[in-house]
Amino acid sequence: MLRFVLRRVALVLPSLAGLLVVTFLLIHAVPSDPAVAMAGDAATPEQIERLRKQYGLDRPIWEQFAVYLGKVATLDLGESAFTRRPVARDIVQRLPATLELTFCALALSVFIGVPLGVMAGLKHNTWPDYLLRVFSVLGIAVAAFWFAIMLQLLFSMQLGWLPLRGELDVSIARPTRVTGFLLLDCLIAGRLDAFADAARHLVLPAVTLSLGGLATIVRFTRAGVLDTLQHDFVFYERAMGYRRLRLIWIYVLRNSVTATVTQIGLLFGGLIAGGVVVEAIFDWPGIGSYTVQAILTGDRQVMLAVTLLVGTVYAGVNILVDVVHGLLDPRLMERT
Amino acid sequence: MMPVLSVRGLKVSIHTDDGLASILDDVGLELERGRILGVVGESGCGKSTLIRAVMGILPKGASVDGGEIWFEGENLLAFSEAELNTGVRSSRIGFIPQDPLLALNPVFKVGTQLLEVMRWHAPDDGSRGNARRARHVARLVSLLRRMQVPDPEQALESYPHQFSGGQRQRLLIAAALACAPGLVIADEPTTALDVTTQHQILLLLRELVAEFGISLLFVTHDFGVVAELCDDLCVIYAGQTVETGTVRSILDAPAHPYTRALLACHPDRATSFLGIPGTVPSPFARPSGCLFAPRCLDVRPLCLSARPPQGRSSSGAEVRCVQYA
Repeated sequence: MLRFVLRRVALVLPSLAGLLVVTFLLIHAVPSDPAVAMAGDAATPEQIERLRKQYGLDRPIWEQFAVYLGKVATLDLGESAFTRRPVARDIVQRLPATLELTFCALALSVFIGVPLGVMAGLKHNTWPDYLLRVFSVLGIAVAAFWFAIMLQLLFSMQLGWLPLRGELDVSIARPTRVTGFLLLDCLIAGRLDAFADAARHLVLPAVTLSLGGLATIVRFTRAGVLDTLQHDFVFYERAMGYRRLRLIWIYVLRNSVTATVTQIGLLFGGLIAGGVVVEAIFDWPGIGSYTVQAILTGDRQVMLAVTLLVGTVYAGVNILVDVVHGLLDPRLMERT
Repeated sequence: MMPVLSVRGLKVSIHTDDGLASILDDVGLELERGRILGVVGESGCGKSTLIRAVMGILPKGASVDGGEIWFEGENLLAFSEAELNTGVRSSRIGFIPQDPLLALNPVFKVGTQLLEVMRWHAPDDGSRGNARRARHVARLVSLLRRMQVPDPEQALESYPHQFSGGQRQRLLIAAALACAPGLVIADEPTTALDVTTQHQILLLLRELVAEFGISLLFVTHDFGVVAELCDDLCVIYAGQTVETGTVRSILDAPAHPYTRALLACHPDRATSFLGIPGTVPSPFARPSGCLFAPRCLDVRPLCLSARPPQGRSSSGAEVRCVQYA
């Protein structure tokens, strides 16, 4: 098991290095001068030149890359040109908000998607199945920003049930930061009022973000269940008198979710990308809105750091998916 | 004495996109207590459907249109799905599936699967919780030992793919006997095995019938297996019972032309490898006369116009053929 994980990690490192090279080159291909951007509108050519020297921007690109790699190895991600603070500190500050949102969205997708997928599989070719199929195509096809705006219009503007944006109402004091996860911090501080408000703020962005994943999980779980039901062992288990609910939700389901688990790993990429849009729309103080800000201001260090972060998280999640696969199906663990 | 299982005039049809297909059309058999009844027929003759009808697990779209299934004096067709699942399957009717490689759930330990069955269907001995579970484990271990599975404790902790085909079939036989049923139904349990293993499994089954006081319904397409294992025989053709009697009487003097043709195809007896000319009639369009008439070497005008009545051969078998009416 440990060897299995270590080998996966060793395979991931070159991919991350490749990711950095590509991002580095892409950023350099963009016709904007970071020294000019940093210096501001009123800077003289001498000031700009000085900044260029100070940040090593006059060196050849491979040398800049080597210097950057050396710094990354010591977890120094540079300084943001916009916030003038170390990028690593900004990320630590903002990452919990993104993780909280992503985790809630994923939980919604899984805990609603898997049961719906099982039901669609069991009710194959009846109206609940057709309905879920239409829904899952829509869920993938609908653009997140459009869906988010529709939710805002309905639940915030028309009905006034849920807040429009942000993660906490301005009239409510933030609890002391312990973990950085707002919901957890509210509980630790014993602030139930703040917890309720934070939860209310979380609903619309989480629902928006969960939609694509929900649709994908329904589709793959349905397909998995349909496939499993064809197997001889399902007939055998029925003939042996397995209880129907246990047969479906334990013995069939565990055989059906391997494809779904793979999808959850792949979905994570979509979740993070979707997170950028959703965070921008809902003014969510996480990595997504940080990225948008960095792109708009041409903040190179932040763009590089966020790319590296997202790549690492994605790779980590997919290693986790492989491990879960092994736990679900013992045959896979023996083959590797 | 009352038979353990008695099927009379069973009719099963299935609704498909192409129309109504008649799968079983008048199947009858009687299994006496403590005996082994072989059900023989070509593939597609309705053997599997017969088993599924007895266990109450017909495929989607299929329904019983007529006939009776009596099991230990009770009308099984009157049982609801819930009654079958709580009071009949495993606890009173054990099942040995056809393909041991595919019948076990690949992602659960063998012990988990066998104990799941015992948890709901093992006879109540008054023990509860962990004590009950421990008794089940003990029974499984002793059953597996009886089935000659090496290291039974370890076997319960293993996954199905870690066993060979023959070992898995032994596990499945143990599973069928685990809850002490009176009737065991076996669906071609040796077809997927090699000849040596097949022989060992048949010997084992023969011993178990006496030892555990069960009656065995054994479905197969192989007369060699029937000769080796069974006491009684029921030959099915195109969803109809064509000949029933003791194995001895039928093998010595097969009466129905279909039985004779089938036996002539068996490698041990075959004089040629021509097989039986023609194919089984389509379940969508059954001939109006004898179903075997289009392939029969001994066909008479009467065979084409009316369904043949039941008759009795000189050796005592019941035969559905005009020759014996």
